[in-house]
Amino acid sequence: MSISIKSINKTFGNYAALENISLEVPNGSLTALLGPSGSGKTTLLRIVAGLEFSDPGEGRILFHGEDVSETPAGKRGVGFVFQHYALFRHMTIAENIAFGLSVLPRSLRPAKAEIHARISELLKLVKLEGLDKRRPHELSGGQRQRVALARALAIQPKVLLLDEPFGALDAQVRKSLRRWLRVFHDEIGLTTLFVTHDQEEALELADQVVVMRNARIEQVGKPQEIYDHPRSPFVYEFLGNVNKLSASNGSHRYIRPHEIEIAFAAEYNPETDRLAKIDHLFSAGPVATLSVRLDDGQFLEVEISRKQLDELALDPGDEVSIRIMDSSKSGV
Amino acid sequence: MALRPSTTESPLVRRILISTALLVLSLFLLLPLTAVFAEALRRGWEVFLASLHDEVALSAIHLTLMAAAISVPLNTLFGVSAAWLITKYRFKGRAFLLSLIDLPFAVSPVIAGLVWVMIFGSKGWLPPTAMAEALAPAARLIASLAEYDGFGWLLADLAAWLADPKIVFAFPGIVIATVFVTFPFVARELIPLMESQGSDQEEAAVTLGARGWQIFLRVTLPNIKWGLFYGVLLCNARAMGEFGAVSVVSGHIRGETNTLPLHIEVLYNEYQFSAAFACATLLAFLAIVTLGMKSLVEHLSGHQSSGHK
Ligand SMILES: Nc1ncnc2c1ncn2[C@@H]1O[C@H](COP(=O)(O)OP(=O)(O)O)[C@@H](O)[C@H]1O
Ligand SMILES: [Mg+2]
Repeated sequence: MSISIKSINKTFGNYAALENISLEVPNGSLTALLGPSGSGKTTLLRIVAGLEFSDPGEGRILFHGEDVSETPAGKRGVGFVFQHYALFRHMTIAENIAFGLSVLPRSLRPAKAEIHARISELLKLVKLEGLDKRRPHELSGGQRQRVALARALAIQPKVLLLDEPFGALDAQVRKSLRRWLRVFHDEIGLTTLFVTHDQEEALELADQVVVMRNARIEQVGKPQEIYDHPRSPFVYEFLGNVNKLSASNGSHRYIRPHEIEIAFAAEYNPETDRLAKIDHLFSAGPVATLSVRLDDGQFLEVEISRKQLDELALDPGDEVSIRIMDSSKSGV
Repeated sequence: MALRPSTTESPLVRRILISTALLVLSLFLLLPLTAVFAEALRRGWEVFLASLHDEVALSAIHLTLMAAAISVPLNTLFGVSAAWLITKYRFKGRAFLLSLIDLPFAVSPVIAGLVWVMIFGSKGWLPPTAMAEALAPAARLIASLAEYDGFGWLLADLAAWLADPKIVFAFPGIVIATVFVTFPFVARELIPLMESQGSDQEEAAVTLGARGWQIFLRVTLPNIKWGLFYGVLLCNARAMGEFGAVSVVSGHIRGETNTLPLHIEVLYNEYQFSAAFACATLLAFLAIVTLGMKSLVEHLSGHQSSGHK
């Protein structure tokens, strides 16, 4: 089910948390809302869920073309996973997952056996078999996260909304759970909108990335598109790992560390290259990062493969010749 | 020499501090409690039991229990609603409501009693004569209903009261004063608790399709039950023990409007020390039970939420 967000404004007192937000989330897609903290991501997600309402006016939320702007949260059919999971801590895992079914009016509520079967199915889906009798505080962060997901899925939602789904997890769990979510999404094909402030997460996971900044949408596109063609310096910098190189005329350009080639100073070609001195070397892992100081005093980060670093056998203080590859963009 | 953290005092200092604390505690808390029981039993069990079996004493106990039986449930309802309103919603006048809840704590109980005398007393704004006039049609209607209905006795009582609606120096006044004085206990216990829990779980329940009362009964209530229980316990202890405000509105009519604390005072003023302390043991016992239940609650709730941050 697609989500259409049309001209949403939201103010808290005098503070504008969202300004004229319009966005299409295609059916079956995995879309990331990416932006720094305070940019309005959670607020937008909550408005889609119906936990918050946009300022009165022309703002509209449509699910598959149907206007749900006035529909209360409980009737929108959204699965919402909260940043800190918001599990019911006095209930077992099974009771947590069954909650959405158990509050249905008697006429719509599935039979006990059916609810039971649904819980087992969901526990299997999120790989938590056998934990149904535990309570939330007996689980790890990653497990709680998946319980929250199973609980949201139990009501067979039309769309899935996740607020910083990996925010509270440590780096290791984060990475594995991220991959798992991607596979999981491809399996169940549910339209999913998730919030993150981690560009790596958004770029790796999403079909569509929405970059937000100061209550506005800065750019929307496929991860590759956004990475290769950032529309503004903000997006360029926010996507991370970028060098800002100023020219003598006051303009500047953005260069990613892997878009710089490095060679011995002897190979210096004044037409295309610049001379630089190695300031610092960091070479744990398959990619080596070098910090070099240009002849005009500016610093650049350069990424080369570990293999190349070994071949060049560089040390801090060595003179090198660097060449900026054509694919990099000029900024404004 | 063993290393010890710089914040720990030396064993000697620690021992001195602990024994001072214990000494002060026993002097100020345990000694009076022991004195109550010792004095009550000084003239033997028979006098002790007789003082409790005395007709006036029994009526005081009955009155105290009735006043608590009405005001505690009322204040539980008020307290839960107020705490729910204040912690789950943001609205204009929220801060004002918050300080209003504290008013009974801030006001001297004597004033809390006098206010009601001023409103409902015979020289007050709404004296019984004026109320009787205003309520006369209702009194007649209910009196006529009492003749048919199965709850005749209750309606007849109500009709009788409506015909002569005394509040001050009567049971209703005692209940009103007790409700007023004990109003903050439940709300005060719940507000910080509910504040710290936030609305996350309630919001999760909303997105899962739960309706208002389902959210309250299945999500909010289980999360606050121990705090609520403790608040009710304190509210009850105060409702049964309240002296000042009730003293002002009751009029001290023996066997009619004297609650247990008032009865104790009367006995004491009449130099019936053994009887006074015999009745006082009941209140002391209430205090001990309250504290015992409190520790039990802390024990249980501590167990339940262990491991939860
Ligand atoms: N209920 C609220 N009341 C007042 N201000 C709020 C409220 N919710 C969010 N805000 C403000 O709106 C801005 C955007 O918040 P949020 O949507 O949570 O950002 P993000 O999720 O991108 O970090 C923040 O400055 C925040 O302080
Ligand atoms: Mg947020």
